[in-house]
Amino acid sequence: MPGVVDRHRGEERFRRLGLAAIAISMSFLAFFLVSIIGTGYGAFIQTAIKIDVDLTYQEVGLEETFTPEDLAGVSYRSAVRSAMRTLIPEDLGRRESRALYGLIGAGAEFELRDIVLAQPELVGTITSFWLTASDDVDLYNKSGLTEASAQQTRLTDKQIEWYSALKTDDRIVKRFNWTFLTGSDSRDPEVAGVWGAMVGSFFALGVCLLLSCFVGVLTAVYLEEFAARNRWTQFLEININNLAAVPSITFGLLGLAIFLGFFGLPRSASLVGGMVLALMTLPTVIISSRVALQAVAPSIREAAFGIGASRVQTVFHHVVPLALPGILTGIIIGMARALGETAPLLMIGMVAFIADPPTNLTQPASALPVQVYLWADSPERAFAEKTAGAILVLLVFLLMMNLFAVILRRKFEK
Amino acid sequence: MVERLIRAILFSCSAVAIFITIGIIASLIFEALRFFQSVSVFEFLFGTEWSPQTALRADQVGASGRFGAVPLFVGTALISTVALCVSAPLGIFSAIYLSEYASDTLRSYVKPLLEILAGIPTVVYGFFAAIVIAPALSNLGASIGLEVAYESALAAGLVMGVMIIPLISSISDDIITAVPDSLREGSRGLGATKSETIRRVVLPAALPGIAGGILLAISRAVGETMIVVMAAGLSANLTFNPLEAVTTVTVQIVVLLTGDQEFDSSKTLAAFALGLALFCITMVLNVIGSQIVKKYREQYD
Repeated sequence: MPGVVDRHRGEERFRRLGLAAIAISMSFLAFFLVSIIGTGYGAFIQTAIKIDVDLTYQEVGLEETFTPEDLAGVSYRSAVRSAMRTLIPEDLGRRESRALYGLIGAGAEFELRDIVLAQPELVGTITSFWLTASDDVDLYNKSGLTEASAQQTRLTDKQIEWYSALKTDDRIVKRFNWTFLTGSDSRDPEVAGVWGAMVGSFFALGVCLLLSCFVGVLTAVYLEEFAARNRWTQFLEININNLAAVPSITFGLLGLAIFLGFFGLPRSASLVGGMVLALMTLPTVIISSRVALQAVAPSIREAAFGIGASRVQTVFHHVVPLALPGILTGIIIGMARALGETAPLLMIGMVAFIADPPTNLTQPASALPVQVYLWADSPERAFAEKTAGAILVLLVFLLMMNLFAVILRRKFEK
Repeated sequence: MVERLIRAILFSCSAVAIFITIGIIASLIFEALRFFQSVSVFEFLFGTEWSPQTALRADQVGASGRFGAVPLFVGTALISTVALCVSAPLGIFSAIYLSEYASDTLRSYVKPLLEILAGIPTVVYGFFAAIVIAPALSNLGASIGLEVAYESALAAGLVMGVMIIPLISSISDDIITAVPDSLREGSRGLGATKSETIRRVVLPAALPGIAGGILLAISRAVGETMIVVMAAGLSANLTFNPLEAVTTVTVQIVVLLTGDQEFDSSKTLAAFALGLALFCITMVLNVIGSQIVKKYREQYD
């Protein structure tokens, strides 16, 4: 047996070991959040270039009396391009011109079109517009303008020279990137956004909520309040506990084989996505609802029976309302898990490139986590930032849902 | 009358859970059986070559594809082992500290923070593993003269380990707390120090339960998909070296099913065979793990 001094030294060492384990886990979390936020905040900022677009009648080829159709038919691309050319005094060859046009984003002409369509009175004037810069300019502008960052983007020396000229001319600003929140997936990072994926996730979660809420809560009520303790209920219980631990991808395989293969539902649809997610969240909802029902004091039930209520009346008029906050907490936590789930959605084909937000449940849709997965796979450097940005959006939603659950629980405990 | 109707509705809702299980098992077995008509079960379970890409013409080399799943099982085991090496010590020591040493205030801050680690979507971990951890490990390896593959098992396993820490720590915490204080008091009364009590009395009493928790953690690691899809390799590589790229069962399921969508090809059917294997493995781990955990949680009640 070692001496007392040694034993006490060992004491301190052991305690520190535990503390170190916690510190390491916490620093993982901190490192993780810092690096995601550090990469992702850039997705919410975009670079814009001010160009003076010549919208005189002659230039855009319109009569003084033009219809909206005429206005929509104007070549905004050439308007943007000639505006770009006026920025640089020198004469440019074909290739150089193309390099110059490369400074402005691929979506700039559509931005311009939307502005002009909304304000037809701009026709006939020369007006300055702030239009989105290309992803390379954007990256360079946000990266601190060093030699190294110039090499990482694909900008040529000439383009960087033009960029510097525009910058000294105060024609380059950073602004909040609304497109990221209102746009949908795109091949061009500067116009890509998460709105389409958010709508897809919203639809899928709606379906999931309806199904898992209904079936899950009623199952929990049956098991807690009605079912006799027998083999069948025991079997059910074991079954539900096992389902809760089944890998999520298995639910995707089920969806593929049965919903798509057997019932012939459409691929990539948020309806099927929601159904698969519902299967996955069902055990969570059942288990937490049962806990909430168990927490209702038996005296409530006895009192209700005592004044002559039937079992159904007792349960639905007294027990379930009392357990409701707990049940809701469980449902929200289940929904939060479903929102972050990706693997089963990949199985049912929700991995396609979807450029428009879905308008109904059977249209091909994406989902937020799937969008993260797709962008993470993209070779373009600008998408790394967008991926982290989409992750931030996802984390904000999860945080809000969990906060809501915590608040509900707090209220419930009082 | 209404009573009976409602009772029937409730009963049928509870039967849905059974139908889901039956649906999973039936669809997996049905498709897997069709797969085993063209590939023998023996080759699938013990073959060491996995190359599901079938050639275009029948007379080319590898016309039928090879479906030996051993490299996938080994890859899955390798990544899970790395994950456990990270999460088991961190999780268990965190649990010991939280249940035996920490003040209530510290507990009330640390526990929810640990839960955040469990609540982060796996696709986010996958991105993190692929963009931050994998390049860092690769550079680190290069600087000390080791060749670390960009899609190494180490990167995926490390991040997966972080994901599993809360699972292990919360189960261990429950089990350690369930060890009755009389044991601790007895040990302290005999003159043991606090850490001696923990090491010689509390941990031995809690160990089987913690082992059950670790089984559940293995099951999570084996079934985890997004981290490995994004950070692990795609090509089957039979190796036990965590610095090399390996692929896993779940990665191959995703690869086989997200490409072409001809439902009858042996490629897609192979995914269901893999799914069946995955389901069986995780099921066994879950049943054993949760039985043990349940027993030791209530052991002294």
